[in-house]
Amino acid sequence: MIAWLNEFLGFLPDPLRIIAVITAQIVPLVIVLILCVAFLTYFERKVIGYMQNRIGPNRVGPRGWFQPFADVIKLLVKEVVVPSKANRFLFLVAPLLSIVPALATWAVMPLFPGYAIANIDAALLYILALTALSIYGVILAGWASNSKYAFLGAMRSTAQMLAYEIAMGFALVGVLMAGGSLNLGVITEAQSGGILSWFWLPLFPLFIVYFISGVAETNRAPFDVAEGESEIVAGFHVEYSGVAFAIFFLAEYANMILIAGLTAVMFFGGWHSFFAGSWFAFLDGTPLAFLREPSLAWLCVKIAFFLFCFLWSRATFPRYRYDQIMRLGWKVFIPVTLVWIMVEGVMLVAGVGPWRT
Amino acid sequence: MSRISSAIKTFSLWDLLIGLRVTLRNFFVKKVTVQYPEEKTPQSPRFRGLHALRRYHNGEERCIACKLCQTVCPAAAITIESDVADNGTRRTTRYDIDLFKCIYCGFCEEACPTDAVVLTRIYEYHMEEPGQNIMNKDKLLALGDKYEGMIASDRTTDAPYR
Repeated sequence: MIAWLNEFLGFLPDPLRIIAVITAQIVPLVIVLILCVAFLTYFERKVIGYMQNRIGPNRVGPRGWFQPFADVIKLLVKEVVVPSKANRFLFLVAPLLSIVPALATWAVMPLFPGYAIANIDAALLYILALTALSIYGVILAGWASNSKYAFLGAMRSTAQMLAYEIAMGFALVGVLMAGGSLNLGVITEAQSGGILSWFWLPLFPLFIVYFISGVAETNRAPFDVAEGESEIVAGFHVEYSGVAFAIFFLAEYANMILIAGLTAVMFFGGWHSFFAGSWFAFLDGTPLAFLREPSLAWLCVKIAFFLFCFLWSRATFPRYRYDQIMRLGWKVFIPVTLVWIMVEGVMLVAGVGPWRT
Repeated sequence: MSRISSAIKTFSLWDLLIGLRVTLRNFFVKKVTVQYPEEKTPQSPRFRGLHALRRYHNGEERCIACKLCQTVCPAAAITIESDVADNGTRRTTRYDIDLFKCIYCGFCEEACPTDAVVLTRIYEYHMEEPGQNIMNKDKLLALGDKYEGMIASDRTTDAPYR
């Protein structure tokens, strides 16, 4: 596809052609992502509704399918109110700072075999750097709003995100050791085979820690103290309205999709098929053989599953108290990951285990 | 021993899994939500909704301005003024019910010796302007004329139990 694009745009001078080819890859991905975000909000309301024995939105369009568009239009036509003594520039830049990392990280996501928009070798570092960057959006939003509630909310979420960032980083160290590379494509390749050769099995504690840290990192329930309604209204984005709020909203959901995607790629074999293992060799030669092929569809299935887990836990668990969150982050997750990295190191040196580098 | 088992329980996230199982089970439970404008729940003939004033078959008003309803009304929602009508009978000149005050207890209906004031099963009504909350005599009589069939059949259904 890229070769075809290069040929098609061959009449352009080199730098322009390269930019055009990259843009042609980015634009569809971003559009698809934003549509996914829109429908994730609908999906969330439906899933949580069903878990609470309700039906959820079903008025706008058939079965409520157009609900996200109604929400978006409502937010777009609202006024963006900038508080009178707010720092206008930072106030408007903060939402962008939280959405850009959430979307930019997708550049290194291996979408299907042998393809990522940017197939860079330091992908894992890039991910760590960009997810850390999204904290700036939160803290700048809280600071620039010139509101005590927003500032307190920003402080809380920053402390929380920093704490879980560390556990997340250690979990990624485990993935790096098992995969033998920082390149996400290579990490996915290293998990080739069926469901039992994916990293979730040997790295099970790290997988749990990573996913829970991911929930905490995106400030989702049950770790959404940043928006404790009874104490600090909506947290760092109390003062935002209209489009600016919509962007924060978009960023939160884009981050959810991103965390689900990264979990799928690093622990659940990315685009590998469930049926790739030798257990399912009997499928070869039957019409169902295509199920064994790695493809984008498998990645989507896995992402959808983890998104469901996000919503599922939101519908199930009550919000953590703030000191409990900090205790979990610092006193439980970090030791657990450290211990498991040790165990993994010993296993690697001794040559035990399903992974070899 | 108990510390070990509690540690195992903690690290296997056992309690969380139990909670997740509950929500997942409810996810698949059949939903019983009534889609209101299209579907409606069944109503009892005793349902207490909007008020109405009834007439006899010959078109004469049942209300004799005894003011029992006004007296019994716990919310003081009813205002009655009376006078002698042309045919020499005692009739109301004003019969107002303030829907904002009314608590739909049905005492007025119980108190009425002639079954004149009744609560119908109508509950889908609204006010668009200030003052529309006052149901005057004309409006109440019009409602009574319009829904006489429903009112009468409800009273008949309920009569054996009174």
